[in-house]
Order: sequence, then structure tokens, then C-alpha cells
Amino acid sequence: MDYAIQLCVSFVATACFGIIFNVPLNRVIPCGVVGAMGWLVYYQCTLQEIDPVQASFLGAFAVAIAAHALARKYKTPMIVFNVSGIIPLVPGGIAYNAMRSAVENDYLMSLQYGSKAFMISGAIAMGLVFAEVLMQLVFRSLRRLRRQHALPKK
Amino acid sequence: MTNNEVQINEFALESLLLAGRIMIESGAEIYRVEDTIQRMAQSQNIMNVQSYVTSTGIILSLGPTQPTRITSIARRSTDLEKVALVNAVSRKLSTQIITLAEAHDELQKIQSTNYFLPTYVQVIAAAIASGSFLIMFNGQWQDFFAAMVAGGMGYLTYLIAHDLTRVRFFSEFTASLIVGLLAFFAVRYGFGSQLDKIIIGSVMPLVPGLPITIAVRDLMSGHLLSGLAKGAEAFLTAFAIGSGIAIVLSF
Repeated sequence: MDYAIQLCVSFVATACFGIIFNVPLNRVIPCGVVGAMGWLVYYQCTLQEIDPVQASFLGAFAVAIAAHALARKYKTPMIVFNVSGIIPLVPGGIAYNAMRSAVENDYLMSLQYGSKAFMISGAIAMGLVFAEVLMQLVFRSLRRLRRQHALPKK
Repeated sequence: MTNNEVQINEFALESLLLAGRIMIESGAEIYRVEDTIQRMAQSQNIMNVQSYVTSTGIILSLGPTQPTRITSIARRSTDLEKVALVNAVSRKLSTQIITLAEAHDELQKIQSTNYFLPTYVQVIAAAIASGSFLIMFNGQWQDFFAAMVAGGMGYLTYLIAHDLTRVRFFSEFTASLIVGLLAFFAVRYGFGSQLDKIIIGSVMPLVPGLPITIAVRDLMSGHLLSGLAKGAEAFLTAFAIGSGIAIVLSF
């Protein structure tokens, strides 16, 4: 039940972000699917008590792979899909806590939350880039394999 | 070089520059812009095109003996539909489905059209997104309505303030201030219970997701200058949101 709610909610939130970022209207639903996938991976990781930094990395990885596949399918630039997809992973809550502690003159806590938020955003960025590099490698070797198999037949 | 050839090259230069300009203004990555310019030029048999693209301007030359142009870009927004449309035009041009003149007409049409959905649709989307984020961050269903109102009003404030002042920092600051105030009063008058969760959910529509993604993407592909510039933009936005909320929290 909890899963179903999280799935629906993350799908809706990401699709709405697609509307705010003005993605083409017929791409709004795929955007939501990408976001829901990333969030489910993240959610499952946090349930198994994996650190949020690693969980964000895995979530962003999933988002980028889904976005890459959809970008190829719809022949649309990849940012259309992965920009709204990573929004659920952005450490809004932790950044908020950092700010709140700073306002309450608790600078030590603020630094602690701030570093955490920084680590998580770094992890998201790494997840995106790693997935993209991996996909490029896979597609390049696939193409090479296809070419090698095609040549002897001629 | 004949006079006619010069004219053709001038026209090609103008079209390439227009395509690059639209893409940067709508928030595309630098490497994609350079790639698009390269592909469009190659489809017109211009082989040694050189472009220097940053997020604040483009320098473009068609070759050693050819003209060079500069365009400066002051305003950037997030409009992924335009990125997709320019991408489609460049695809069609490089597979020779349309000519350069047709491509130029299409680009001009893309630049002058406003593809944004009506304001109320955007505000409703922001409101629903805020409510959903509240649930995703382990909020309670009874706060759902408060988060929706705060998020929607916050985004509306952002749009109005941006229209009036054209200063992004100011509009983001006022928007987050409104979000903070609405959340505060909702909790005080019993429409919500957890102030923190309501605020976190409602500021999400203002979060600079696109600049962060693109900054990293640019840095990784070697466009250090633009990556840092985009990063600065994202940092300014985050700072604006933070200070707006901080003012409410400090009372």
C-alpha cells in the first residue's frame, strides 16, 4: 500500500514538474514514469537503511538510464526527461534543516546538514554522468558488434 | 568568392546563430548547442565551422576566410519544448527533408512564439506537485491542502514578481517569503500541523533543478566556464529561497 502511494505521488509530482518546465505535452507522462522510477529506487534503498547519499546515487542512475532509453525512443533531447526526473531526489529537506539551524544560531548543526546536502547533490550529479557514460559505452560496443557481424555476410 | 556565395553564407550564419540562441535561452546544455550548430553547418556543406558557446553569448565563424558573428544572451529561462523543437528542426535539416530557408523560417517562428501553458495551469501544476512532495517527504495527509495552497500561491507570486521586476533573485525571494508566511499562518490557525514539512513541500517548485543538472553536465563535458556560470545561477536561486524562508523562521 505504501509503495502504491509513493509510486502515484512521485509520478504526479514529476509530471507536474514537467508542466512547469514546459516539456512538450505528449512527453509529460514519460517524464512522470522516469521520476517515479528514480524515486522508487531511492525509496527502496532508504527502507533498507542505505545512506541517503548512496541511495541518491542509485536513484539518479536509474533516472538517467530511463531518460536515455526514452530519449532514444521518442527522438527528443535527453534533458527533457532527466531534469524533471531528478527533482524528487533533490535534498530539499536537508537544505531546509541546514538553513533553519543557521537561523537558530546552531552553526554546527547547520554545517552538518549543509555538508550532507552537498554530498547528496554531488551523488545525484555523479549518478547522472556515470549512467550516461555507461549507456554510451554499451551502445558503442553494440554498434561495433553489429558491424562485425554484418560484414562477413557481405 | 562570388557575391552570391557571400550572401548564402551570411544567411547560413544567421540561421545557425538563431538556432544556438534559442537553445541557450531555453536552457539547453552547451555541448548540445555546439553539436546542433555543427550538424546544421555540415548539412549545408560548411565543413570547418568554429563555435564558442557560453551561457551568456555565442561566437560563431564559418571558417578562416568567412564572416564571424557574435550574439550576447542576457535572459535565460526553462522552456524544454523549445529545445525539443529546435532539435527537431536540426534533425530535419541534416536529413535534407527541409531546406535552409525553411529551417530559418521555422526557427524564427519558434523564437517569436510563447509555448508556455496558461498561468493558471502552471500554478495548478505547482500546487499539485507541492502536495505530492509533502507526502513523499513523510508528511501527513491533513497537511496536504495547506501545502497545495502555499505552493500554488508561492509559484504565482514568483511568476507575477518575475513579470514586474525581471530580477530573478528578487522574485524567488518574495515567492519563498510568501510560502513561509502562508505555511506559518496555516499552522497557527490549525489548517496544518508540521510547519517544516509544509514549507519543504511548497518550495520545491522553486528549486533550481535544471541549472544544477546542466551545470554538472557542462562541467563534465569540458565546458568549464559555462558550468561554473550555471552553477552560480543555481547557487543564487538556492540562496534567494533560503533567505526568504529564513526571514519567516527567525520570528
